[in-house]
Amino acid sequence: MTTNEAALDTVLADLLARHGRDPGRLLQILLDVQARFARVPPEAVPKLAAALCLPIGEVESTVEFYSFLSRTSVGEYRVLFSDNITDRMLGNLTIFDHMAKRLGVRAGEVSDDGLVSLDTTSCTGMCDQGPAILVNGIAVTRMTLRRADQVCELIRSRVPVAEWPADFFRVDHNIRRADMLLAADFTPGSALKAAIGLGRDRFLEEMRISNLRGRGGAGFTTAVKWEAARNAAGDERYIVCNADEGEPGTFKDRVLLQYYPERVFEGMALAAYVIGARHGLLYLRGEYLYLRPRLEEKLTELRALGVLGRSIFGVDDFAFDIEIHMGAGAYVCGEETALIESLEGKAGRPRIRPPFPVTSGYRGRPTVVNNVETLAKVSEIALNGGAWYRGYGTRQSTGTKILSVSGDCARPGIYEYPFGVRISQVLEDCGARRPRAVQISGASGQCLTPREFGRRIAFEDVPTAGALMIFGDHRDMFEVALNFARFFRHESCGFCTPCRVGTTIQAKIMDKIAAGHGTQYEMNELEHLHEVMRTASHCGLGQTAGQAIADTITEFRGDYEKRLARKDFEPAFDLDAALDRARDITGRDDADSRLVDEGWHARETTR
Amino acid sequence: MSDDATFMLDGRPIRFVAGQSILEAATAAGTFIPNLCHHPEFKPHGSCKLCTVKVNGRASSACTTRARAGQEVASDTPELNRHRRTLLQMLFVEGNHFCPGCEKSGNCRLQALAYDLEMLNPHYEHFYPPRPIDASHPDVLIDFNRCILCALCVRASRDVDGKSVFALAGRGTAQHLVVDCPSGKLGDSDFAMTDKAAAVCPVGAILPKRVGFSVPIGERTFDVEPISAHAAHAAETRG
Repeated sequence: MTTNEAALDTVLADLLARHGRDPGRLLQILLDVQARFARVPPEAVPKLAAALCLPIGEVESTVEFYSFLSRTSVGEYRVLFSDNITDRMLGNLTIFDHMAKRLGVRAGEVSDDGLVSLDTTSCTGMCDQGPAILVNGIAVTRMTLRRADQVCELIRSRVPVAEWPADFFRVDHNIRRADMLLAADFTPGSALKAAIGLGRDRFLEEMRISNLRGRGGAGFTTAVKWEAARNAAGDERYIVCNADEGEPGTFKDRVLLQYYPERVFEGMALAAYVIGARHGLLYLRGEYLYLRPRLEEKLTELRALGVLGRSIFGVDDFAFDIEIHMGAGAYVCGEETALIESLEGKAGRPRIRPPFPVTSGYRGRPTVVNNVETLAKVSEIALNGGAWYRGYGTRQSTGTKILSVSGDCARPGIYEYPFGVRISQVLEDCGARRPRAVQISGASGQCLTPREFGRRIAFEDVPTAGALMIFGDHRDMFEVALNFARFFRHESCGFCTPCRVGTTIQAKIMDKIAAGHGTQYEMNELEHLHEVMRTASHCGLGQTAGQAIADTITEFRGDYEKRLARKDFEPAFDLDAALDRARDITGRDDADSRLVDEGWHARETTR
Repeated sequence: MSDDATFMLDGRPIRFVAGQSILEAATAAGTFIPNLCHHPEFKPHGSCKLCTVKVNGRASSACTTRARAGQEVASDTPELNRHRRTLLQMLFVEGNHFCPGCEKSGNCRLQALAYDLEMLNPHYEHFYPPRPIDASHPDVLIDFNRCILCALCVRASRDVDGKSVFALAGRGTAQHLVVDCPSGKLGDSDFAMTDKAAAVCPVGAILPKRVGFSVPIGERTFDVEPISAHAAHAAETRG
């Protein structure tokens, strides 16, 4: 696709006007540019920098950071396969190869006619209805070879994605167990009215009594966070809803946003009421773009109902509205300070803390960042009181927790339990026969074996952001760890040395073992890397990037050992792989161009 | 000012002034904590992680952690130094560092730390990234092969020179230094030899042109004494 300079100027002028020439909206502008041109044209960078009064380097920094932005064209149709381990287990690679063959395009490349590109992407949050793909950013679920053929046909016939069969885009909620939140009816505005009836201080007191803790994983007490932001000095305060649900295997926030959005938005309004915020921001992960139109509609409805707006429910000094910001394919943005950087239009590199967001967050102002689920729970406390809420769950982990269950079980989907539920109970309810392992809380979480299935989901025992991936007794746990290692290599933001370089070395070692060339030496290396990354990394991404490998080496050593070469050591340098470029230049791939003992890099999958 | 406040660093009391980081207080007291991305004149960046210490048993960067009275800080321990060697090895294999042919040899903080911490080999497979140099500027050369992404030039240009000539772009190991102008070439930017950013590179990535071996190898800063001893002497000189 060639970009006509005049057309570019017109589009940019329009976009800049729509985004109010706000440099903080750079990422949002770039997403619109990408959608329009299937890339960010190089000429657009200096133009945007000039219009937004930003250094060109800063615009480049944002462009290059996000997976969904690209400098070169991704084709009229960009097909991205979700590549979580659960998608792999559902056979996504077979479908990928099938589509690649039918469309005549290789992984990571665009077809010669510029029509279509095909690649993989990190988990898109459809683990209970995979394998899943994104077509021009919109989720398509339950891929089969047949559906792949249909998709290829639609692309070849250049049918706009908006006109594809609706069934392709069906996203089920798969709620298998509903408890206090998912089973309750809710009238928009009711929770806010109840809180206003109590007044700010008394409602905050109810929040404190409830002992509600953050559902994003860290488990920080919500009332304490709110109070800190309320008491912090600042002329403006912000409520941010973290809907960057990027942890592989997690999809409960997607269900809440699709089926319970009024709960989430009202939770934001409740937080705003307490801390005195006028602006709310929902940071929605790029993979959930399909939700955006419905969420915007919902916001319009809530404005009409008076839940959002000025003098909300007659309270003079209570004005609040919500704006949706899109993410663009960066797992690290789930970390709250990286998310704030992203909201400000920059690359999502985690900030140095302190200062914490509650004192200096979005645009340097006091900011509360809460998870989608946490905010949905707030409405329950407003309606029923803190003491009632505390009646559920355990003493340290009150209320219920929503789990995203996927992998080897009969009924994958959403399960809401009071905190304290045993893992064995969850496994029984979802119909997991002969589970060999359960990965709790995604790629960054912990891997549990059957002797630990008696443990409980709770902050004081097995804490989780909500993912529960089940691996049956026929699964190879090395494959699981390999998938996670590649995920972290792709998602490391690159800010700090241990994570930037460590995740890459770790993935290289895992690839070497996968190719059958690892030895005991590599096993020791992996453990040492994990120790360094865990100790020295700047944020949770690097600190946990080696956890799944460490866990699986401890618990499933055999899965590694069966791949090891019967040698003490094998060098990382591969002579045959070093000849790749020479073969490429000369256009040769015959037997004579290869060394007799074919190198291990050559067999390494490029994905 | 509570200048009588102290914390313990490897069993030795270190006095500090309120607001100082652990690294600043240690440096002022003549105790060296290895670091690369730190510079006393700039806001801490906390990215190289060489200065990782244990504060009351918990790992954190000495450059971004405030000194507080009564802290027990461990820095010069076999475990932490082993981690530091690994971090240095990571930096060495990530870029293309060929010390014998580098004009910065002997004045390079990366090389000096590697000697001081007894890094004997790169240990990991080299990445050998292709990183073309930028020789477009009349006075200054950028050899990206040696860039360790410490962002010192970024901070110097932005905070002192007021130019924002540099930025870091890209994710993961694709991260790289970019220059603020449409061509991306230093020669087309308003960068000048007299900029602070021209003088802060801890390695040989940003070098003045037409200067070669004015001080012979063997007689340069860290050839004469190890970086740790040099830091201690510098503190003495400052008094």
